[in-house]
Amino acid sequence: MADATMGAAPTQAQPEQLTTVDGKPLKAALMAAQAKARRRAFLLVLPLLAFVLVTFVAPIGQMLHRSIHNPGFTEHTDLSDGTQTEIMVNLRGWFDANPPGTEPDEAAYEALVSDLVLLRELRAQGAVGTRINYEAPGTRSLFTKTTRRAERLEAPFKEAILDIDEDWADPQLWRVMRDASSAYTLNFYLAAVDLEKNSEGDIVSVNENRAVYILLFQRTLILSLLITALTFILGFPIAHLLATLPLKYSNILMIFVLLPFWTSLLVRTTSWIVLLQSQGVVNDTLVASGLVADESRIQMIYNQTGTIVAMTHILLPFMVLPLYSVMRPINPSYVRAARSLGATSWTAFRRIYFPQTVPGIGAGALLVFILAVGYYITPALVGGSDGQLISNLIAFHMTNSLNWSLAAALAALLLFGVLALYWLYDRLVGIDNLKLG
Amino acid sequence: MKKTLIMTTALMGTAFAANAAEVTVMSWGGAYTKSQVEAYHKPFTAEMGIAVNSVDADNPATPIKAQVEAGNVTVDVADVEYSDAVRLCDEGLLVEIDHSILPAAPDGTPAADDFIEGALTDCAVANIVWSTVMAYNTENNDNAPDSIDDFFNLADFPGKRGLRKNAKANLEMALMADGVPAAEVYDMLETDEGVDKAFAKLDTIKDEVVWWEAGAQPPQLLADGEVVMSTAYNGRIFNAAVGEGQPFEIVWDGQILDFDLFVIPQGAPNMEEAKKFIAFATDTQRLADQASWISYGPARQSSGDLVGLYSDGKTEMAPHMPTAAANLENALVNNFEFWADRDTELNERFNAWLAQ
Repeated sequence: MADATMGAAPTQAQPEQLTTVDGKPLKAALMAAQAKARRRAFLLVLPLLAFVLVTFVAPIGQMLHRSIHNPGFTEHTDLSDGTQTEIMVNLRGWFDANPPGTEPDEAAYEALVSDLVLLRELRAQGAVGTRINYEAPGTRSLFTKTTRRAERLEAPFKEAILDIDEDWADPQLWRVMRDASSAYTLNFYLAAVDLEKNSEGDIVSVNENRAVYILLFQRTLILSLLITALTFILGFPIAHLLATLPLKYSNILMIFVLLPFWTSLLVRTTSWIVLLQSQGVVNDTLVASGLVADESRIQMIYNQTGTIVAMTHILLPFMVLPLYSVMRPINPSYVRAARSLGATSWTAFRRIYFPQTVPGIGAGALLVFILAVGYYITPALVGGSDGQLISNLIAFHMTNSLNWSLAAALAALLLFGVLALYWLYDRLVGIDNLKLG
Repeated sequence: MKKTLIMTTALMGTAFAANAAEVTVMSWGGAYTKSQVEAYHKPFTAEMGIAVNSVDADNPATPIKAQVEAGNVTVDVADVEYSDAVRLCDEGLLVEIDHSILPAAPDGTPAADDFIEGALTDCAVANIVWSTVMAYNTENNDNAPDSIDDFFNLADFPGKRGLRKNAKANLEMALMADGVPAAEVYDMLETDEGVDKAFAKLDTIKDEVVWWEAGAQPPQLLADGEVVMSTAYNGRIFNAAVGEGQPFEIVWDGQILDFDLFVIPQGAPNMEEAKKFIAFATDTQRLADQASWISYGPARQSSGDLVGLYSDGKTEMAPHMPTAAANLENALVNNFEFWADRDTELNERFNAWLAQ
């Protein structure tokens, strides 16, 4: 960039060129000096840039890549020495040679058997079965079972394999194997929105027994909005009080807002368990005061109520603090002026005070909402079964089922969803109006 | 700050590795880990001079699988359930264990014959037989439940139930409570109708269930009165009842027996120490010793005769073992092949069912 301008400079200002003492064109010299400063500035931010690239951009990129790339059916990595082996080569060759929808013939089964023999040598049948099982549930055992006997199978292979298990003839299984022959696939995104391809390759809804993700995305969205609204309703008066009290009182009150903020998340969540469980403090108090009978204690935790209560409390400071920082500098004489000009206290609040707090509301709402959408540990501990959010299923696929591609697809959808909402927010409210302090 | 911390920790880690031999063992926490620390870890360190790091997980199979797949293994030995041992071995995530490293019984019987049937596999060596049982708090139940049916009987036994938050054991218990004989449970679960039937049975108590994940939770839930009855690992209930005097009773009807086995994940940092540990911990005496800390049956036949009293010095362990004849009247042996194959799909369905 600097070079290009330097080259262009002399042609532009040819007749009376300003030069420095040592004869260099002034413009070029200036450029060189500025380029040096820019390089230095760049070097200063380089550590941060590298840090962001390594710890943030690269993992997210990797995650997005994983959501469309799963080589479980195409290559096997030996975990003891790291060597990679191409697998299912023969069967993939057959898929390439025959168009989709071709009835698997003897050649296909022969290719399958020779591939299974290799799987047995590599001990890869479990991994391959797991890959296919993601999309064709119940087929993992076909691979482990058949691979165990693959070496002893003899022609005709079709008959021999179907003899082990008739499920091998399932067209859906062959469709899945064909799709999995290419490591790149969008099927994990389909699965993440409760869709799948049927044996003809058409996209259909999954059996309602297994449909769960759309429900959880909806629940996550609704609960996050609800929690954002609740923190606003609870946080606005607190922030107003903090902002209008004399400093010496408001500082003490501020401690009450900040103290829970500094307390460990787990401590706060488990405290809610102590308070809300059916033998907990709240229920005991209700029973002791005779408001509730001992047999009909209210279930306030291990369900959605628990998730809402605990998350609202935990996220409250994220609403209060931006609101406070916006309310503090609002000059009280504006409202007094409105009152003296005849406005009722409600009108003065609505027309004068409230509009000035909007940037704080925007910032607080955005913070709380985005945090709530990705919340994981609190719903896991107090959510029971109907208070789980989509992040809990992402965690399940990350740590339990180890279907990392599906976890990545779900996480990517969540990411795109949040970005879309952010864009919408920018269009409606304007991100410039955001004020964090 | 954090980076410095990581670096110093890493440096200390290498320093340790260079100076002293050590082995990291991952188990299930609570009373069970304690029994292993007392019976295996302490004598192992005393005799071999190898330090044992004990770490816990709700189910060690999942973290070690994640560690091996991510290529960042920190655990040398893990204690896992049978189906997980088979599944992980199938997927090439475990190191094969040569059975000849295991010591023979005191009378000279080779290890391969001394271990009870099924306790040795290519990649795993069993240490205990345990079971999933239903247990209740006598103070919170007016009537004493005495069969697995009562767990699903909300009319006569009102109140919350605790269940482990996964498909395994719950589906079997649901079918047994639905009148399916133990011998036919797995045949039934092979079919879609059988699975539907099991979920339908679970549906009848779904609103009353508190889900637990760690083995230490059910005794806690029972003691707090959060649930009136719960499924649990039998040893945890025994330790809470006998060791801590909690008013808990076990209903052995419909219990589901399983092995816990030691495995070595691929890429374990201290492979040699891990093998030494497994050979040491599963010898006749250690397995018998462990049974005096928790009511799990030793996986070696020769250990059986050495099992005596609980660590309180007065409770006879034999009747509290899941394998005691009186407790086996209506028992189911966990079908590891079934779960090795179907774990993923049934848990997927379980999750969907749970969220609906």
